[in-house]
Amino acid sequence: MKIVVCIKQVPDTTEVKLDPKTNTLIRDGVPSIINPDDKAGIEAALQLKEQTGGTVTVVCMGPPQADVALREALAMGCDDAILLSDRAFGGSDTFATATIIAAGLKTLDFDVIITGRQAIDGDTAQVGPQIAEQLHIPQVSYAEDIKVDGKALIVKRQFEDRYHMIKVQTPCLITALSELAKPRYMTVSGIVDAYEKEVKVLGFEDLKNNFDPANIGLKGSPTNVYKSFTKQAKGAGTVLNVTADEAVQAIMDKLVEKHII
Amino acid sequence: MSKDIYVIAEQRDGKLAKVGKELIGEATKLAADLGEKVVGVVLGSGITEEAKNLYKYGADEVVVVDDPALAIYMTEPYAKALTAVIKECDPNVVLFGATSIGRDLAPRVAGRVHTGLTADCTGLSIIEDEEVGKLLAMTRPAFGGNIMATILCKHHRPQMATVRPGVMAALKKDDSKTGEVKAIKVEFTDADKNVEILEEVKATKKIVDITEAKVLVSGGRGIGGPEGFDMLKECAVELGGEISSSRACVDAGWIESARQVGQTGKTVRPNLYLACGISGAIQHVAGMESSELVIAINKNDTAAIFGVSDLGIVGDCKVIIPKLTEALKKYNAEKESN
Repeated sequence: MKIVVCIKQVPDTTEVKLDPKTNTLIRDGVPSIINPDDKAGIEAALQLKEQTGGTVTVVCMGPPQADVALREALAMGCDDAILLSDRAFGGSDTFATATIIAAGLKTLDFDVIITGRQAIDGDTAQVGPQIAEQLHIPQVSYAEDIKVDGKALIVKRQFEDRYHMIKVQTPCLITALSELAKPRYMTVSGIVDAYEKEVKVLGFEDLKNNFDPANIGLKGSPTNVYKSFTKQAKGAGTVLNVTADEAVQAIMDKLVEKHII
Repeated sequence: MSKDIYVIAEQRDGKLAKVGKELIGEATKLAADLGEKVVGVVLGSGITEEAKNLYKYGADEVVVVDDPALAIYMTEPYAKALTAVIKECDPNVVLFGATSIGRDLAPRVAGRVHTGLTADCTGLSIIEDEEVGKLLAMTRPAFGGNIMATILCKHHRPQMATVRPGVMAALKKDDSKTGEVKAIKVEFTDADKNVEILEEVKATKKIVDITEAKVLVSGGRGIGGPEGFDMLKECAVELGGEISSSRACVDAGWIESARQVGQTGKTVRPNLYLACGISGAIQHVAGMESSELVIAINKNDTAAIFGVSDLGIVGDCKVIIPKLTEALKKYNAEKESN
């Protein structure tokens, strides 16, 4: 089975802090990681390969620094890595990003594409389904389990209040929940091998016949950011440092005043 | 010309989900600013009667695609149905709930009709753009709730967004309102059913939906352990509410994840949010700051939660909550005897 995993390199948002003076994000020194859902996708792909044979190719769109994320994926056991990188790709929204990634995937032969459900920096969960749409293949999102059934896959799709067991023919695209698989660690030999392997870089010139150049980058993005801002905090009210009994009385008074009780 | 706001009102098992009613409520305000109408859209099988209820929540028109092919949610038949609605009606705006279904369907359809889509919005408004006139301004959190971004879709129609459940307010139900349902016919072929649902398993355990609760007594690390939730539960019962949690307690295994409030949990807007031993990390605050009244109890007088509280108490919730529960019991007993 030929499996492709799409990953994104993201800042570890749990490490992002606000500067209390300027109220802006402090990004310096924040480590970059493989997006957690995508990493679960890598692990699921490696497990599928172990069951059925085949190859796992990992694809990432991003700046040249994203090479590190791809090498980590190689060190986990992926066979090949492709970086989609070009200045012309910058500023892409989810539609334009999916257009570029789909163009990159058209250069490959695949049975299954796995993406993470969503990235922790953007939280959109849109790129996976939009890639599937551009490639005209079925999608199954929120996968919690994947089993091989001949040329088809049986996927457990998790919703808020139920799950579905879904049979889907290949080629198809699956979006992975982080629950799908617990990522393995890189091995020492894997790390050594990863740095000997070539990460293939594809840019605008390599892909221009696979997409409409009007649909990529900042100009090709249907949406654009009008403004961004740090959240207005709800104004602080009274803070009391009193005895427990006085505190209880203050709470009770407030509950009565606001007609809660 | 593209016009009107179309709200995709999600149904499961033939019943309309709350988020669709919330979106219709919000859409009535936006529609007033645009001078346009609110159209409720229901996709499903045997849902035409249920769809009429959208009139009671503020819809000006209701459109359905009612077909057996739409009985259980599958991406392709739903995407085909909705694309047909968009092609026929040419909406200005299309809104979805940011649920599993909404977030699976919306990107697929946005890709197909080649328009922009903004995910997981927490604020919508209409702004005037010099170049193209009135636009939907879609505001959403990013970087784990650390920053907010307002997104526009200037040159493509419809302007599409998924909106977080629990953020917008539904209008009060008006039972006197009703109207006709417009049915749009879509031909489905076997090729549209490109996946096969082998089994549907609904959660058997009754999942408490904390987004529906009027009062939430919420616990953080400061409640000391899983038994802390027993103490909160007793207090919540007296207040007629439910218990909820910060991420720390879920990660520690003290309570089930369905009760988690915050960026990676649920967004809640109860009448009262009583935060006990919760420090108030930005990811948590993102999920509860729209609560009407916030009261926080925390030992640390510099805890961030005090910054978003109407009333803050510096103290140990393990001491204060049992006393508060007693006071509430006494209050409720007196109220009953009067």
